[in-house]
Amino acid sequence: MSEPVIEARGIVNRFGAQTVHDGLDMIVQPGEIFGIVGGSGSGKSVLLNTVLGLRRPQAGEVKIYGTDITQLDAPGLRQLKTRYGVTFQAGALFSSLTVLQNVQLPMLEHLQLDARALDELAMLKVRIVGLPPEAAAKYPSQLSGGMIKRAALARALALDPGLLFLDEPTSGLDPISAAAFDELLVGLQRELALTVVMITHDLDSIFRTCNRVGVIIDRRMVAAPLAEIVEHPHPWIQAYFHGDRARRFGVVHGT
Amino acid sequence: MHYRLDRQDPTLRLTLEGEWTVREVSAIGAALAAVFFDGVTRLEVATAAARLDLSGAWLLRDVLQRAERAGAEVAFVDPRPPALELVEQTLGSGAGPAFVREERPLQPITALGRTVVDRWQGWLSGLAFIGEAVWRFGRALRDPRVWRPTSIARHVYDTGITAIPIVALIAFLISVIIAYMGAQQLQKFGADIFVVDLVTVGVLRELGVLLTAIIVAGRSGSAFAAEIGVMQLNQEVDALKASGVEPVEVLVLPRWIGLAIALPLLTVISDAVGILGGALLCQALLDMSFVQYFQRVDEAIGDWTFWVGLIKAPVFALLIAAAGTYRGMQVRGSSRELGRLTTVAVVQAIFLVILADALFAVLFMEIGI
Repeated sequence: MSEPVIEARGIVNRFGAQTVHDGLDMIVQPGEIFGIVGGSGSGKSVLLNTVLGLRRPQAGEVKIYGTDITQLDAPGLRQLKTRYGVTFQAGALFSSLTVLQNVQLPMLEHLQLDARALDELAMLKVRIVGLPPEAAAKYPSQLSGGMIKRAALARALALDPGLLFLDEPTSGLDPISAAAFDELLVGLQRELALTVVMITHDLDSIFRTCNRVGVIIDRRMVAAPLAEIVEHPHPWIQAYFHGDRARRFGVVHGT
Repeated sequence: MHYRLDRQDPTLRLTLEGEWTVREVSAIGAALAAVFFDGVTRLEVATAAARLDLSGAWLLRDVLQRAERAGAEVAFVDPRPPALELVEQTLGSGAGPAFVREERPLQPITALGRTVVDRWQGWLSGLAFIGEAVWRFGRALRDPRVWRPTSIARHVYDTGITAIPIVALIAFLISVIIAYMGAQQLQKFGADIFVVDLVTVGVLRELGVLLTAIIVAGRSGSAFAAEIGVMQLNQEVDALKASGVEPVEVLVLPRWIGLAIALPLLTVISDAVGILGGALLCQALLDMSFVQYFQRVDEAIGDWTFWVGLIKAPVFALLIAAAGTYRGMQVRGSSRELGRLTTVAVVQAIFLVILADALFAVLFMEIGI
């Protein structure tokens, strides 16, 4: 088996007296779409920040592409951060820049490109996520929720990273837009051989996109391929995948 | 090397090698710009040995288009790379996308016209805002249930109580400066005692209230604009409206009233500290005893000296609060707007305060107090 893209072991995160993660392990293999699931307050976003190197855990190591980010110095971390793209829950587009400028910002910071390449490559990213060309000149406040999610994805793709982190990419979207976004994501993942880590609450989205799912339970992670995780005996997982909610959508058969 | 060219006229074989990735795009692009396709009728492309990402694929597409325009037929030796397929699907295999640039700068006449219209509308909306606030204030006077004592108290605390140390410090320093400069000049005439008049009248009539107002404009004018501006950006103001609560009533009026209470109180403190500062300096510099100083203060203060200063405080407060809240309510869309309007709020507040002070000076001179 090839080397994992992300290998986090023994992660401990504490806020004061409250322990959010206690020896959590997370392994993500190249080319998979890995879904992170957990109740509200179970520390999904904290885990994401830890893996991104935005937060240093109290204990444990996080390896991305084989380098331990908890040991990296500032230039090394900066270098590593150009190899992944992130979208945040609310989009987190820079509100004073147009969509095109949002996409160009990481390129300007990290690459030396001439003006034409800069414009055309940024436009390519805008179009590839399914935004119309007119959207490129708009400001985030002029975009709909679905377009903001797409623009955020375009910015995450700015440096052609091999690894994408998505924090609730379909939350707040209507089911049809969410399905379209998932389809886009799966298509990009296949064509560009991306590795994707996504936090989501959307059961439909999980079943449409994820190969493997990691559930944060009792401050640790239980991860398995989708078909196996739904059979896991833990009551929370059972409730999550087999509750009324799940059955109503008809995403789980039998049991 | 990122590519190899084998030319056997009229066929050119382009073999891609290594990393055709976003990091290398500008280097490869620069090298390939020197390659011309004149006389080439067939371009064979081998991509198997290279790793293409989206940017690399975009560059390859660019090269292929150039070859085609030069009359070459493009053939792939290996299956076409998926990244290239994706780029072509997205951009269409035709010409590049119609490009949307930032709008061009306006012609001077158009710019002038637009500025005039914008300014005029700005005035109107400012007047409308003040009108609405005053109207709601009038309603609030008749219906005390609309008063929000908790909110007003909070603003009195934020804009008043927490400002006491800085206001006192500045009042002290200013009175020391006046007394010091006055003493230097007046000593020449043996008129030392008039330093007291200078400090007392200067601080009470003008400087106490003016400096306090300017500090408060910097502290609270900006805070008002920023607080309300962020609430606008977070749609909190819309949420208020949607719950049937008038933003002017809960966000604007309490700030106006709170500041109108806080600023006169701060002025009193500033006056007191200023006179005290004068006393300390006169004792240190002119050997004037406190008793002598305060006797002279008593003589220097006329019937109106203190009130002339204090009466200006609520007016200044309303100007500062109006500028801050109005600019805050205007924030739309982006964080840059927030910064811009906060700046505007402070500059305008200070300008209005000084303008009003000048008008007051003329007024008081006309009525002779």
